[in-house]
Amino acid sequence: MYDGETLREAYASVDAWVKRTPPEVIAQKQQEAEALFRRIGITFAVYGEGGDVERLIPFDMMPRVFTEREWRKLERGVKQRARALNAFLHDVYHRAEIIRAGVVPADLVYRNEAYEPAVVGIDPPARVYSHIVGIDIVRTGPEEFFVLEDNCRTPSGVSYMLENREIMMRMFPELFRSIRIAPVDDYPEKLRRTLASVAPPKCESEPTCVVLSPGSFNSAYYEHSFLADQMGVELVEGQDLFVQGEFVWMRTTQGPKRVDVIYRRIDDSFLDPLCFRPDSMLGVPGLMNVYRSGGVSICSAPGSGVADDKAVYTYVPEMIRFYLGEQPILKNVQTWKCADPADRMHVLANLKDLVVKEVHGSGGYGMLVGPASTAEQIAAYAERIKAAPDDFIAQPTLSLSTVPTFVDSGLAPRHVDLRPYCLVGREVHLVPGGLTRVAMREGSLVVNSSQGGGVKDTWVLAD
Amino acid sequence: MLSRTAESLYWLARYMERAETMARLLEVGYRMAMMPSAAEGYRNEWASLVAAAGSSEGFEAKFGEDYRQRDVESWLFFDRDNPSSVIACIETARQNGRAVRTALTTEMWDALNGAFLEIAGIEREPRTEALLPKLCEWTKRQGALLRGSTETSHLQNDGYDFLNLGYYIERGDNTARILDVKYFVLLPTTDMVGGTIDTYQWTTLLRSLSAFRAFHWAYGGEYTPRKIADFLILNRACPRSLLHCSGKADFHLARLAGAYGRATFAHDRIREIVADLSDARIEDIIGEGLHEFLTRFINRNAALGQDVADAYLFGPQ
Amino acid sequence: MRLSVRHRTVYAFDAPMRWIVQSHRLTPSVCVSQRTIAWNVAADGGEIGASFVDGAGDAVRTLTIAGPVDRVEVLVEGEVETTDTSGVLRNHREAISPRVYLVPTAATHPDRPLTELAAAAVKGASEDDALGRAHRIAAAVADAIEYAPGATDAHTTAAEALEQGKGVCQDHAHAAIALAHLCGLPARYAVGYLFAGAGEDGVEASHAWAEIFIAGLGWVGFDVANRCCPDDRYIRLGSGRDAREAAPIRGISRGGAVEALDVDVTVSSSPSRSQTQQ
Repeated sequence: MYDGETLREAYASVDAWVKRTPPEVIAQKQQEAEALFRRIGITFAVYGEGGDVERLIPFDMMPRVFTEREWRKLERGVKQRARALNAFLHDVYHRAEIIRAGVVPADLVYRNEAYEPAVVGIDPPARVYSHIVGIDIVRTGPEEFFVLEDNCRTPSGVSYMLENREIMMRMFPELFRSIRIAPVDDYPEKLRRTLASVAPPKCESEPTCVVLSPGSFNSAYYEHSFLADQMGVELVEGQDLFVQGEFVWMRTTQGPKRVDVIYRRIDDSFLDPLCFRPDSMLGVPGLMNVYRSGGVSICSAPGSGVADDKAVYTYVPEMIRFYLGEQPILKNVQTWKCADPADRMHVLANLKDLVVKEVHGSGGYGMLVGPASTAEQIAAYAERIKAAPDDFIAQPTLSLSTVPTFVDSGLAPRHVDLRPYCLVGREVHLVPGGLTRVAMREGSLVVNSSQGGGVKDTWVLAD
Repeated sequence: MLSRTAESLYWLARYMERAETMARLLEVGYRMAMMPSAAEGYRNEWASLVAAAGSSEGFEAKFGEDYRQRDVESWLFFDRDNPSSVIACIETARQNGRAVRTALTTEMWDALNGAFLEIAGIEREPRTEALLPKLCEWTKRQGALLRGSTETSHLQNDGYDFLNLGYYIERGDNTARILDVKYFVLLPTTDMVGGTIDTYQWTTLLRSLSAFRAFHWAYGGEYTPRKIADFLILNRACPRSLLHCSGKADFHLARLAGAYGRATFAHDRIREIVADLSDARIEDIIGEGLHEFLTRFINRNAALGQDVADAYLFGPQ
Repeated sequence: MRLSVRHRTVYAFDAPMRWIVQSHRLTPSVCVSQRTIAWNVAADGGEIGASFVDGAGDAVRTLTIAGPVDRVEVLVEGEVETTDTSGVLRNHREAISPRVYLVPTAATHPDRPLTELAAAAVKGASEDDALGRAHRIAAAVADAIEYAPGATDAHTTAAEALEQGKGVCQDHAHAAIALAHLCGLPARYAVGYLFAGAGEDGVEASHAWAEIFIAGLGWVGFDVANRCCPDDRYIRLGSGRDAREAAPIRGISRGGAVEALDVDVTVSSSPSRSQTQQ
């Protein structure tokens, strides 16, 4: 928390503000922040709960702070990983050298439900499949960063990164004047340029980009409309698009308008009822055919999910060596694959010390945090693992770093993680910041918003 | 602009206007109910209101042919089985607004969302006699709030034109229907025309269209069906007249043609409608038969709505 | 053998339709067993757009019709010179790894009876003799599912067909794929045309069979219904993991119009030059 001189100094200036400010003013600021969020309308939906599912994510005013030196290392590590993941995707949909070389087992790729035979052989512009890579990182020591998981499909949460900063700047202008904090507000413009840079070969003029959303009932709809708005592009739904001839068109009041790049926020299986789920009403019939023939770019490419599977995750350091010939800058958390008999024995014998996750799960659902579970819960989970070992992986519980967080009793340490958003087009960009998620309960390691986690602004100090 | 956005703006306006018409119809009924009527009594008037609202079939299926005031009030205001009830209209308008939230200004959204939130509260209030006039006032005020915030905050771009097309196509339709029912249902025989009840009913009608004083200012003297029909059909100055509504639709379609650099079949149709109304004389209309004339207008107006949808690629295709 | 094909599909809608999109897999595969002499796909009022060769080597084309239309006719006409390769798909360029075809779909999902049938089929067969195992699988399916048109529909799964004991070529292929998967053999669904012989025009002229991957040999076709491997009476169009994926025409109709479908396929043999000279 307080390691590193600059870091200490940064937190110190926030601390000083906390100390000289009466508690009621702090409480009032916190209320103001919440009111701002509510007014803007940033909510998220929680699955598996009845009733009012629109909720605010708790926002904590204490920022997460990185020095520029720390950030440089993180940045290199994140970019390295994003490049390797894209190289892997291109490879497994072409000659699959990494499988031929025996580095990654064939069945892990070819029998993976996220592997999409419909995109085999396609050459997406700039060979990029995953254009927005969200990498979840935790820190365990001054120089120790671990990657928890990669998100290669359509990582969400970037609107929080931008809105959190906006609110912090409104509430603490004096802090922003006294400390030089690297700006993140050019993210939407960088995203737009990234999308435009991967326009399909058949696009000869300024590309038309759109954000494709499942619609206003989706939990991340706010983010979809926010990003479209910030980029100055249309927010479309499947019904707004149609295929005619060799292209995809958008229905506008001035007639059909050709669409070149689709930043889609809907899942692969809903993209095109002619190719995937025939009952999908969210997609565009014929879209995949246009995509395959080079008439449109889809970001991220269908089938990108095969790179962010939790079982594939364990091979990412090998991918970095294989494709880039470099040593991994960010470490992987040690992972035991329950599919492997020896690993499984180790996992079952040590459940009380481990975190066990579903291979295809996300959002913190269906995981077991050993140290925080009862004997009965552990026993029940063991049965699930034995029934379908391939579906589980286990990791040690890390001693995650904590940062000061406002709780009812004042400032207290809480565990955090970080998701930076790496943009991959003809160039690779990482804005200095990200989404810091914080476990609001004391001692809790689960930061997912669906499990009661909150968010913080993430500061990178400029030297 | 995305066709879906234009479509949502168009329907948002149509449903808000329709909610207002329902409230105005209820006001007519409420005033008429206080007036002892000849022949079949007030029951007949309530039936005519539901007919004007275009939902007799749905009403009778649910409540039977006995048009009780309480049932009609609840049907026209609170009943979600009636897609044109005030509550259903406001909910549909808000749903359209929500789908294109970023195309609305904050003020417009507040007006729309405010109406939606308030009506939920109103729904829970006990239904007393005094509630009805209050509800009618409230509904008209919500419509005015949205109109006002649109005028003062929305960019006067193509979205503004689609909103207004919705307003004026709906309003023309509503005026024609109200007028038709007044003439066709309330006055089945010609010998009743000009009687005192008739006068009272005509004044009520004018009041419901907020056109009572305007009528006096424009025509003065006695109410005659001829003068009133002229006022509500051919008087361009009357904001609810057919000519006014069609003229405004023409204006907004012309703006779209200018902005987009192309005219469509919707433009041909509206010019035809406006030209016919401009040339018409009230004597000829009454000679043709008011009902026949109004039916023709309603059909042409509906065809115009379809033309707008086709020309600007609305709807699931 | 020289085969002529005339394949006409007519869709009639009860209300005019706009923006119709179809994905066509209607071009003969490029491989040793067949050589295309003439081939044409026509659709009145439609535009053939987005075309490509997919990872399985199939030529795919997109038909779009702006409409409104109340009828769509797709007419395929052509002539192909075929050779018997004993069912082996030779010199067919494709990029998808055979291991991908070990993953079942809803149509080929195994249940207990399929699993038992698979075990019984290969009982006693050598683990090393993949081809022998594949033949046994095909024979077991032919014995277990009687050819009976009308007993099943387009959505019947392999498990359902086996339970009924009746089905058509689609069900035979799905069941054979399921069994092959259970025996660790990659398998897929192939579609095409079959020349049923003189005087039998129209009998299952539009056909489907299973392909099983045999290491060292490649993809080999198994026509369960006819208890044979595809020979020079067959024209292959393409493949997929199941009937839905491999469908020669995949279309979608929106707007609530009811669609009536009329398909008419004729495959006839025309005397080829080499034959007349003999």
